[in-house]
Formats: sequence, C-alpha cells, structure tokens
Amino acid sequence: MLFAAEKLAGPSVPWFYLNPLFILLGGIVVLMLVGSLAPQWPRHWYGVFSAATAAITLISTVLLWDNVTNEKPRAIFGDALALDHFALLGTISICAAVFLCSLLTSDYLQRDSDDGPELYVLYLTAAIGGIIMVSSNDLIVLFLGLETLSLSLYVLAASNRRRSESQESGLKYFILGGFSSAFFLYGIALVYGATKTTNITGIFTALSTSQSVPRNDVFLLVGTGLMLVGLAFKVAAVPFHMWTPDVYQGAPTPVTAFMASAGKTAAFAALLRVTLTALPTRVDDWRPIIWVLALLSIIVGSLLAVTQTNVKRMLAYSSISHAGFMLVGIEAAAHPNSPDAGNGISGVMTYLLLYTVLVIGTFAVVGLVARKGDTATELSDFKGLGKQQPALALALTVFLLAQAGVPLTSGFVAKFGVIKAAVEVNSYAIAIAAMVASVIGAFLYLRIMVSVWLEEVTAENTPIQVPFLTGLAVAMAAIFTIAIGVVPGWLLDATQQVAALTGR
Amino acid sequence: MFAAIAPTSTWYLILGAVLFGIGMVGVLVRRNPLIMFMSIELMLNAVNLTFVALSTQLTDINGQTAVFFVLVVAAAEVVVGLGIIVAIMRRRSEVSVDDLSALKG
Repeated sequence: MLFAAEKLAGPSVPWFYLNPLFILLGGIVVLMLVGSLAPQWPRHWYGVFSAATAAITLISTVLLWDNVTNEKPRAIFGDALALDHFALLGTISICAAVFLCSLLTSDYLQRDSDDGPELYVLYLTAAIGGIIMVSSNDLIVLFLGLETLSLSLYVLAASNRRRSESQESGLKYFILGGFSSAFFLYGIALVYGATKTTNITGIFTALSTSQSVPRNDVFLLVGTGLMLVGLAFKVAAVPFHMWTPDVYQGAPTPVTAFMASAGKTAAFAALLRVTLTALPTRVDDWRPIIWVLALLSIIVGSLLAVTQTNVKRMLAYSSISHAGFMLVGIEAAAHPNSPDAGNGISGVMTYLLLYTVLVIGTFAVVGLVARKGDTATELSDFKGLGKQQPALALALTVFLLAQAGVPLTSGFVAKFGVIKAAVEVNSYAIAIAAMVASVIGAFLYLRIMVSVWLEEVTAENTPIQVPFLTGLAVAMAAIFTIAIGVVPGWLLDATQQVAALTGR
Repeated sequence: MFAAIAPTSTWYLILGAVLFGIGMVGVLVRRNPLIMFMSIELMLNAVNLTFVALSTQLTDINGQTAVFFVLVVAAAEVVVGLGIIVAIMRRRSEVSVDDLSALKG
C-alpha cells in the first residue's frame, strides 16, 4: 500500500507559549460576532474592548519573560516559531501600539459620526501577523505573518470611505506592498534553492557546516538581495520609501500611527531575524547593503522632511529617517566577530519600543488637530495650538523633542543606544552621519513647535476638543516618554537579554 | 531528436525568472490598477513555479508545501485588492493610477 497506516506526526503544540496569539484571536472572534449578531454596543465599548484585549496580551507576554530567562531561548512548534526575549519585546511593542491606537480610533470614529468593530478587528489581526513576524523561525511562516499584517494594513489605510485620499493611499500601499512581497517571496525561493530549507536556523546550519546541501552561491546572493529589497520596502528605507509619505498622509491618522509603530516594529524584527539568525555567515555580502540603506535613509529622510508643509508628510519623512537610525543599529549588529555586536540588536529593539510610544503620541495630537473630517493637517492648522490647548501643545512638544533626540526624553535613549552600538564596532562614518542628520532633523521639529507656540490663532482654526480616551493615551505616552528619558536604566538592563536570539 | 532537449528543472527556473520579470515590468509600466494587480499575481505565480522546480531539483517536498501557502496568500490578496479597487471605482467612472494624484509632494 502506498499510503499505509502511517500516522502523520504533527509538531507538539506548546499552547501556553502561544497565549498572546490566542488572546488576540479571542478578541477578534468576540468583536466579529458582536458586530454581526448583537445590537450596536454603546459608544467607545468596541475601542475599550480592543484596548483591553491588547493590554491582557501585553501582560501575558510580560509573564513569559522570566520563563524564557530561566529556560533559555528556544524554537517551539516544530521549529516554526522562536521563543526568545527578542520575540517577546517585539510582541510587547506591537501590543502597546494596538492598545494606544484603539483608544485613539474610538474618539476618531465618534468625531466623524461613525462606530463599529471593523477597525479594531483589523488592528488585532494585524497584531497577530506582526507577532508571528517577530517570533517566526521559518521564512514561510514569516511570509504568512507579513501578509496577515500587510493585508490588514491595506484595508485600514483605505478605511475612510468619505475621503478619496484614504482610498488612494490604500490602493498605492496595496500595489507597492504586493510588489515588495513578491520580491521577498522570490528571495525565499532562491535561498531555499541554495540551502534546501526555509527554516531560519536550518539555513544557518546549512551555510555554516554541512557540505551535503547544494550550495549555490548565485542563488544565495540573489535570494539575499531580493529578501532585503522586500523588507526594505516594508521598513520604508530609502530608496524603497516612495510609498511612505503618500500612505501616511492619506490614511486615517490613528491608522497612520499604527502603521508607523506596529508595522515598523514587525518589519524591523523580521529584518533582524533574517539577517542575523539565518545569514550571519554571509555578513560581508549584506552588510554593505544595510550600510548604504542606513546612510541614504537618514540623510534623505531628514532633508526631505524639512521641505514639506503637511505635518503628516513631515512625520512620514521623519519616520524614514528613524528607520535609518534603526538600520545603523542593524549595521552595528552585523559584526559577528566583535564582542559588542549584540548591543546593536538590543539597541534596535529598544528603539522600536520607544519609537512606538513616541510616534503614536505624536500622531494622536496630529489627529486631534486634524479636526472633523481628519483633513486639517497642514502646518498652518497648528497655529496657536499653544494658546488654545496648552496641555496638548506641551505633550506635542515633548514628543517632538523626543523625536529630535533631546536628552531626558526617551528619544535620546533610543538614538544614543544605536549610535553607541555603531561606535563600539568602529562604524564611525555612519555614526557621524547619524549625528549630523539628527541635527538637520531637529530643524523640522522646531518648525512645528514654532507654529504651535509662537504664531497667532487664525480665524479658520476652529477650537479643538480633547476627548477623554485620546487625552488618556496622549498623557500615558508623554509620561512614558519622559520617565524613560529620566530613568532609562531598568529598561536597558531588561533589553540587554534581547540580543540572545534563538539559534545564535 | 526531441528527446535530446527534454526540459530539465533548470528550464523551469528560467521560465519562472522570465515570468517574474514580465510581472515586474507590468507593474512598473502599466497604468490600470487591475492590470498592475494581475502583474503582481503573475510575479507570485512565477515564484510558485520556481518553488516547484527547486523542489524537484533538490528532491525535497518542502518547496511544494510552500506553494500551497503562497496560493492561499495570493487568494487573500485578490479579495482585499479587488475590494479596494471596487471602492475606488464606485467614486470614479474609470480608474488609471495617474488620476489618483491627490497625494504628492
């Protein structure tokens, strides 16, 4: 008999470690069932429910932290997923993003006389995709996570049916996102051809030890290049950044915040894992690419940000420049012979966590200033914010100073971490470029602050209301930003462990 | 004489690369979102062909398993993509990506 009664042995499923995914999934199912079967919930219930789901997920992830410390990072689920501090920290960033963005979205929907569970379901789905990306140990699993995240983001970007800009941004994001996914997938196929496996630790083993696998260097080089192109699109590194300003400007503001935080976290974590776990033996092949991407992103992002007049576009270019800083950290991590290379990994992951909170706080204020219809995002719309809403303007100032990297804010801790990592491995050129660019970037943030504090309110600038949930999110983000800036020690100690990736 | 040129899996790898290239050029030069979208699907299917050819070449089943995952993803992408395109077409009679130019700078 061809298929005799041979039992198909599946991998053992470590249910406990998949808790974060199941909690999010439960939240999605409840929201979808309620949305289609139950009568309309009272205002804000959907948003608070989604935020609560994210908060519970975050707590369950934090509870896994000590377990991983005691039992060492390892691969679970038939080697498909990695369980390490790196994955947990990425999960924490993504959950924090869902938590804050759900609060913002609740008020945004109410202001535009809209309500419903759809956006929250998409946030939670995107979070599942992102978490799978940060913890994947197999390129195909990584691709599935990437698509789960991206498909949710395409719909989120196009979700405002009253604004044609929103749909335009959704279509642009979809076409370019699908294009880049295809590159990434072709890269996976070619790497598979070179190593006979799609498992990330398996690729490392195949490349470093065994002679029995077919080692075709052309496949491996082209495959690595294509995977980097695909991921560089996702993290919005120059020269693959063209979609970012359009999509960030057109998408609803809370969604933009989500893309800039959770989307970036997941894509960067995937980039780190692919380069540093699967391909560390070929570091000389791909480190120059990362070097060029980092330099271009920092400089082009900072320079083009200064020329914009729309605040959402400015922040889009500033996010490109932040992506450049994170790439500096990856470049620093790509020196396997240096004892300090691990600082690059923890630097990038810390940066991602801090940037998540920062950027959501910034976009929360921008979303409030955008007023009804989500359209007033020109620099002139910010005139006189300091007189109308001093507290809100103060919070915005804190976020902008932090983005510029001023000491005593979390942004300084983040930038200092990656630049220090670069200096420790003697990558002086790129560290200096990063410092110069952050000075250029400071000009951009000062421009917004001047508009907020020093200019008079104009007649068309209608008063701004600060609803409770958004106010709460802004306050939490601002307090976190300052608290980490003043006492960063405990966070840096905790993230030191992140550098121990599964399989390294 | 045809037996002498029996196609090997390398032929399929080259065919996959050519199809991928056609899809790439299609996305870059065509201006109708539906055609661009079809080009992306062509790229994904070129990768599928590559996976299967490599799987045969390496005598390893995992490459063929990957194809199923890619097929599912491509189907999901069709749903989302067509949804967005239909939503835009409701507002305008004809769609070319050149008309979608509110966002620039």
